[in-house]
Amino acid sequence: MRNRFVAQRVGFALLTLAALAVVIPILAVVAVIVIRGAAAINWEFLTAMPRDGMRAGGIFPAIVGTVVLTLGTAIVAIPLGVGGAIYLSEYARDTWLTRSIRLAIINLAGIPSVVYGLFGLGLFVLLLGFGTSIVAGSLTLSIMTLPIIISTAEEALRAVPTEFRTVSASLGGTRWQAIRHIVLPQALPGIITGIILGLLRAAGETAPILFTVAAFYLPRLPQSPLDQTMALPYHLYVVSTQVPGMPPKIQFGTALVLLGLVLSLNVVATTIRSYFRRRRQW
Amino acid sequence: MAETKIQIQDVSYAYGDQQVLRHITLDVPARAITVFFGPAGGGKTTLLRLLNRLNDLVEDGRMSGRILLDGEDIYAPGFDVPSLRRRVGMVFALPLPLPGTIRENVTYGPRLAGLRDRARLDEIVERSLRQAALWDEVKDRLDSPANALSGGQQQRLCIARSLALEPEVLLLDEPTSGLDPISTAKVEESLLILKEQYTVIIVPHSIQQAGRIADYAAFFLMGELVEHHPGKKIFTAPTDKRTEDYVTGRFG
Repeated sequence: MRNRFVAQRVGFALLTLAALAVVIPILAVVAVIVIRGAAAINWEFLTAMPRDGMRAGGIFPAIVGTVVLTLGTAIVAIPLGVGGAIYLSEYARDTWLTRSIRLAIINLAGIPSVVYGLFGLGLFVLLLGFGTSIVAGSLTLSIMTLPIIISTAEEALRAVPTEFRTVSASLGGTRWQAIRHIVLPQALPGIITGIILGLLRAAGETAPILFTVAAFYLPRLPQSPLDQTMALPYHLYVVSTQVPGMPPKIQFGTALVLLGLVLSLNVVATTIRSYFRRRRQW
Repeated sequence: MAETKIQIQDVSYAYGDQQVLRHITLDVPARAITVFFGPAGGGKTTLLRLLNRLNDLVEDGRMSGRILLDGEDIYAPGFDVPSLRRRVGMVFALPLPLPGTIRENVTYGPRLAGLRDRARLDEIVERSLRQAALWDEVKDRLDSPANALSGGQQQRLCIARSLALEPEVLLLDEPTSGLDPISTAKVEESLLILKEQYTVIIVPHSIQQAGRIADYAAFFLMGELVEHHPGKKIFTAPTDKRTEDYVTGRFG
């Protein structure tokens, strides 16, 4: 009898250790970056241009670049992604074609991001002639983000009970009316969460923007979509390895800004999701 | 002789490799309560869903035969299906409130049909809820969530929701199966009043219910229409032995 209780407590202790083993490294990463980078964060750092070979001054152009690229990604990936998800969930019949499409989406999600970068280089920068530009970078990031948005949006749409669609049809509604009035609004929190998570991945990736848009240093902010731009992930790489004599607090400060951006988007997404889950009417 | 609202002519229906309905021929009289009764698996629910083409939503079904509403073939190519479903409304076995308030639920159908006038929508809400015997219980909280209502109230809400479109025919599939006897009685009472204006087809959840409200009854067994008669005589003096065995409880 006693052995069973002891075994259970040992088991639970091991499981707790496993959970801690996951959480502790993450906390450690955040702690190190916060401790060593907090000193660099001030108004000038966030809003001024870099000076002295980027060893001083601010990282404003990198922040602006990341924001612009994320917006560009959103403009392309959201309509395509949500539209594709609505098609797959509500209209597509189960044929070999739709099954191939789903398989393709799953595979796309697994492609390493540097491969997307090379693809973007070949197609957008060279073949279509956009050159290294915000347009090429956003398009590349959009393609990388599409599988995430399509899968989470489709899952959110499918989670809405079929009964609602049947009831809507029985009241004289067309399929699109059911989607517009019931299915889409009910799926929206899940879709928004998926979009935010997809966009924050796009914001943080270095490889896709390396070949398609990122600039080592630009003296001014980009003026048009065909310009290059600096961006936070690439800038972090630059200040960490490419510039001799860089003060460590600049490096960690940049990392902290990128981390802060990504973590706060994550918190927003999680908050939206749990708020709507509590209010759900099914 | 009562006028005929719906004519079902030699209808058979198969789903996958299962034959669900076999050669059903039946005339449904207007402004009366017709009851489709019989044991489970008889095809009654499927037949109901064929009457407003709700089975179009099912991918694997095959139908033969004709169904005429006021003499028009509802499966004719190009037939306006959403408008058919506004004329032939359906209430399902489980209460299925849509997300939203009571008011939003009742006005859903009319709003989809394009009605925007607030005053008319409010009139429709009151009329439909009164016809479903729910108005007195919810008139002070029309803008509260529909799923806060009890099961019986939700089901009456679903009836009100269908009535909001003023359909010519109302199809009810075991509408009181989850309800307590008081709610059931209220629903049956409403149906007896509604039949003066609408054609009602109901799959009852018990023979007793069928006996209480039927003006016309049809007995279904394993996809076949065994017999059908006006009035309640089918319950006391059926002509087919299978009907007699079911009605007397020898199987079910």
